[in-house]
Amino acid sequence: MRVPLSWLRDLVDLSEQVTARDVAERLIGVGLEVETVDHVGADLVGPLVLGRVLTFAEEQHSNGKTVRWCRVDVGEHNEPGASEEPDGRGIVCGARNFDEGDLVVVALPGAVLPGGFSISARKTYGHVSDGMICSPSELAVGDEHDGIWVLPDDVGAPGQDAVVALGLRDDVLDIAVTPDRGYALSMRGVARECAAAFELAFTDPVHEVKQADAESWPAQVLDAEACDRFVLQSVSGLNPAAASPHWMQQRLRLAGMRPISLAVDVTNYVMLELGQPLHAYDRTRLSGPIVVRRAAAGEKVHTLDDAVRDVDVDDALITDDSGPIGIAGVMGGASTEIDRESTDIVIEAAHFDASTIARSARRHKLPSEASRRFARGVDPVLQEVAAERAVSLLAELGEASIDPGRTVVAQPVVATVVPFVTQAASRLVGVQFSDADVVGYLEMIGCHVGPVDAGAVDVVVPTWRPDLTGAADLVEEVARLHGYQHIPSTLPDAPVSSGLSHGQRMRRRIGMALAGAGYIEVQSYPFLSPDVHDAMGLAEDDDRRRALVLANPLSDEEPELRTSLLPGIFSTMRRNAGRGAEDVALFEMGHVYRPEHVGAGVQPPRPSVDRRPTSDELAALNALLPRQPLRVAIVLAGERERSGWWGEGRAASWGDAVDAARIVAEACGVVLDPVADEHAPWHPGRCAALRVGDSVVGHAGELHPHVVTVFGLPERTVAMELDLDLLAPGDEVPTVAPVFSTQPVAKEDLALVVDADVPAADVAAALVRGGGALVESVRLFDAYVGEQVQAGKRSLAFALRLRALDHTLTPDEVAAVRAEAVAEAGRATGATLRG
Amino acid sequence: MSAPNSSFDPVEVTALHPDEVQRAVDEALAAISAATTLDELKQVRLAHAGDRSPLALANREIGALPPQARSEAGQRIGGARGRVRSALEERQATLSDERDARVLVEERVDVTEPWDVRPRGARHPLTTLQERIADLFIGMGYEVAEGPEVEAEWFNFDALNMPPAHPAREMTDTFFVESADSGVVLRTHTSPVQVRTMLTTSPPIYVICPGRTFRTDELDATHTPVFSQVEGLVVDRGITMAHLKGTLDHFASSMFGEGIGTRLRPSYFPFTEPSAELDLRCFVCRGASVGNPDRPCRTCSSEGWIEWGGCGMVNPKVLVACGIDPDEYSGFAFGMGIERTLMFRHGVEDMRDMVEGDVRFTAPFGLEV
Repeated sequence: MRVPLSWLRDLVDLSEQVTARDVAERLIGVGLEVETVDHVGADLVGPLVLGRVLTFAEEQHSNGKTVRWCRVDVGEHNEPGASEEPDGRGIVCGARNFDEGDLVVVALPGAVLPGGFSISARKTYGHVSDGMICSPSELAVGDEHDGIWVLPDDVGAPGQDAVVALGLRDDVLDIAVTPDRGYALSMRGVARECAAAFELAFTDPVHEVKQADAESWPAQVLDAEACDRFVLQSVSGLNPAAASPHWMQQRLRLAGMRPISLAVDVTNYVMLELGQPLHAYDRTRLSGPIVVRRAAAGEKVHTLDDAVRDVDVDDALITDDSGPIGIAGVMGGASTEIDRESTDIVIEAAHFDASTIARSARRHKLPSEASRRFARGVDPVLQEVAAERAVSLLAELGEASIDPGRTVVAQPVVATVVPFVTQAASRLVGVQFSDADVVGYLEMIGCHVGPVDAGAVDVVVPTWRPDLTGAADLVEEVARLHGYQHIPSTLPDAPVSSGLSHGQRMRRRIGMALAGAGYIEVQSYPFLSPDVHDAMGLAEDDDRRRALVLANPLSDEEPELRTSLLPGIFSTMRRNAGRGAEDVALFEMGHVYRPEHVGAGVQPPRPSVDRRPTSDELAALNALLPRQPLRVAIVLAGERERSGWWGEGRAASWGDAVDAARIVAEACGVVLDPVADEHAPWHPGRCAALRVGDSVVGHAGELHPHVVTVFGLPERTVAMELDLDLLAPGDEVPTVAPVFSTQPVAKEDLALVVDADVPAADVAAALVRGGGALVESVRLFDAYVGEQVQAGKRSLAFALRLRALDHTLTPDEVAAVRAEAVAEAGRATGATLRG
Repeated sequence: MSAPNSSFDPVEVTALHPDEVQRAVDEALAAISAATTLDELKQVRLAHAGDRSPLALANREIGALPPQARSEAGQRIGGARGRVRSALEERQATLSDERDARVLVEERVDVTEPWDVRPRGARHPLTTLQERIADLFIGMGYEVAEGPEVEAEWFNFDALNMPPAHPAREMTDTFFVESADSGVVLRTHTSPVQVRTMLTTSPPIYVICPGRTFRTDELDATHTPVFSQVEGLVVDRGITMAHLKGTLDHFASSMFGEGIGTRLRPSYFPFTEPSAELDLRCFVCRGASVGNPDRPCRTCSSEGWIEWGGCGMVNPKVLVACGIDPDEYSGFAFGMGIERTLMFRHGVEDMRDMVEGDVRFTAPFGLEV
């Protein structure tokens, strides 16, 4: 809502000292969001005066242009005329949309127009042009037409300051009106708020109108829910040549509307003034009674933007004997539209159901000044007032005569009464209000407040405030009028917190541990193309293909929600590599979405909100949702340890991916057990399934070369993904402190030969098992395949550390442990000591 | 060596003559001080203090002396060998020190050579900022609440006093999971966590809910379809707007510096009543740029305040939908964008930097924002 300050001053008795910024601040204080204050015309520098074209001569020039050499009367700024010329100024004008005797705006030498356009006397087309006759766009007033601005005769006399006479300089407040405050989409509403904000008396521009005793045009409302009040009033004999006066045009322009014709301008003006949208019909084009009803299936409306629209059975229609003549509250029809010849006009002022209009406007993508107001709720007692105001203006300004009678089809307006306890305000706001304070504030916004009885009171809320339905709404009114800035600032007395949960602390440790290990965290979008499943090389029956699909994705290419973090983090890796990063280590922690079924098509439950939902209802709601496990993934490319002046580095390998998984597991206090697996998108020979006990909680390894190519990743990129819900699902398990020996260590190295496909982990496990309690640790320190061992075999070298709790091991004991360990490795894996 | 003799004068044994002994000592001392390396000193030690050195040989001659002369000669030789030994020790210490000093100099390295074998990792500032906020509120007695990102419409809208016709439910803002009437959306705010918290616990409730949220905005410098919010909710007996204001003031000054307060402006949200827009005092100009064209402020566009979020007293309708009696309890809620907070707290100029995952953006934030 654009509010010209000059108009606001007509409605509120603001002191001259009050600036637009002051008004803006006060309005913000009471809850109207003033987004900007435009200083319209601030860039107009005089002399800018009214002028009357005395004479002109049209001259054809060799460049094909026709200009007019004009003599213009500019009053006190006139120069004496030469020979027979009248006093005035000689001005060359390229426009031809004016006549001798027309009143125009003249920028005299020295004036500066918007855009820094300086006016001086200059020689052009063989004359010295002593100023410029201005067009509306040159004055930044509007872009209504080409040519110069021909003014109505009543705005003033030649020589007068045009800025003052035309009201070209004004401040306009642009207010973003919240959905609960339809009322503030009118000068009446803003003025009332302004008066309250400055604690000034407010005089409502709305007065009761005399009841009419006859109809002006027959009307019928078939759907009282869609339209509870429908008012028609009409005029005859409007002078089609009568234009709307300058002051009205200027106010419309400042408010952001374009002046069109008197009849249209009047309907718009009354809407801005009172907040009641009006529609004007050419009475000669109406046939039979106007009927308001819901649309029938298959109906079409030819709207006045010359589109034929299919309407929905939910749309409310305005119809006559010819069929639909408008979509109620949204847009009128072409067949009954007024035009520049219309003389007999029927004005419609209706009150439509807010949500019906909101749905219609959305459905037809026709947000309009009218639908915006209807959708937010219009004062239901305004219709007759607004219709009366419109026809009076048409009579006054357009020589029309008001037809007798007024059609009113209306349901009674039932006032909303809110039972209120005055102390509710103090209780919620934290400021001690007296009963008188509360009553005073409520009356300020137009409430009728009954007598306070032991703190309880019935509050009749004003008809223009449909948003006030409960006690909390009234508390907000008291709080905002008191001023939020006067509310004290104190801290509540909170109970003791038990801090972060086990899971929350664990997530932080994982992030810290991975960052500490050199990984950089990224957060990818969860939107994916269905093509990624093929790119990842997933089998046809892979669970990860079963994704949730968005009904309205941002990009039609990416309608799915991720079932794995990998495609997203791959894209991020590719972006970094594409930007020249070489050794990149990334991690991401986030949810994936794993529906059990896609498109089950069950009717979603909608528990009532006037009570707590039952546990069955809650269970049904939660059953709508997919599993959303939390996962962590890493991707690593280039060198894990860089080459440098110290020598060769080490390329990232599958082992780093497994190590990253171990870092995560350790942060969760869990031991991971890798086992060879073939699992997309990993390299089938370099992929570890990561197990906790018997359950697989993730995978790690080098990516399949095909995946590397398709995703555009650096060669030999490695990756890991773990499901944290599976990795550490339970409660915190405290770590038990180890018992360890301070006796001397005995070190034994063993080289064992096994079949090449025997996992080293199995051999190590057998050594531990066989060696028994005296084995402190077993560590693989070399793995060898080559000439020194038989083909198909592998030599694995282990370092054993042996230690007893209570004594130094004897050589015999060491030898015995060694023998048992080797024997068990032999039994379990076929290992033999390397000769 | 002379044969044992009991009858003649000790001075007749040449090697033990005081002059001879003195000469041997002088020669030894001269050689010791002439040695410039530990190796040379080793040779000197052999020559002048070894088994075949003149003093060692002389020592053996003592036995050839008559008994009455042995004591004097023994003292003379012992004293001489002692002087040589201590000179050797002294020289040994000096030369070792010199060598050590030289070696340490020779082993000097260029410590400016970069040892960047392993690049550093970092956590995303959106994560660490959420943690920082959570920690601040935990310190005030709150706990961290969480909820699902794919959420039922009922939690995201209905329970928050946004009935089906509410404009916020338009397709233009909300991602709907197929089909459009599935009743499932990507949560558009963290407020459904409020509802879930109120349904699973009973007052007093003091929770902070950071999390990922989704709206159908195209990615540009100031919008991203996937963003983060942090939501605070308090439900307790006697909670007022003054508590809301105090909490937000404390939050603001903890995040942006002492003296940085907040301003509440009346506004409208379906789930709070009374409702307010939340502004933060500009922490750069602290309001000094307002009406002061000589000192314009880019951070707040010379408004003195920065829009930070929304807040209000929990709408009684929301309490009722969650089974909490609004006559017994009242509460407040607030919410703000983490991205926006990061943008002005850390001077991030383009929202895209936060979502693209360029390591050059994240690395400088390290482990904590």
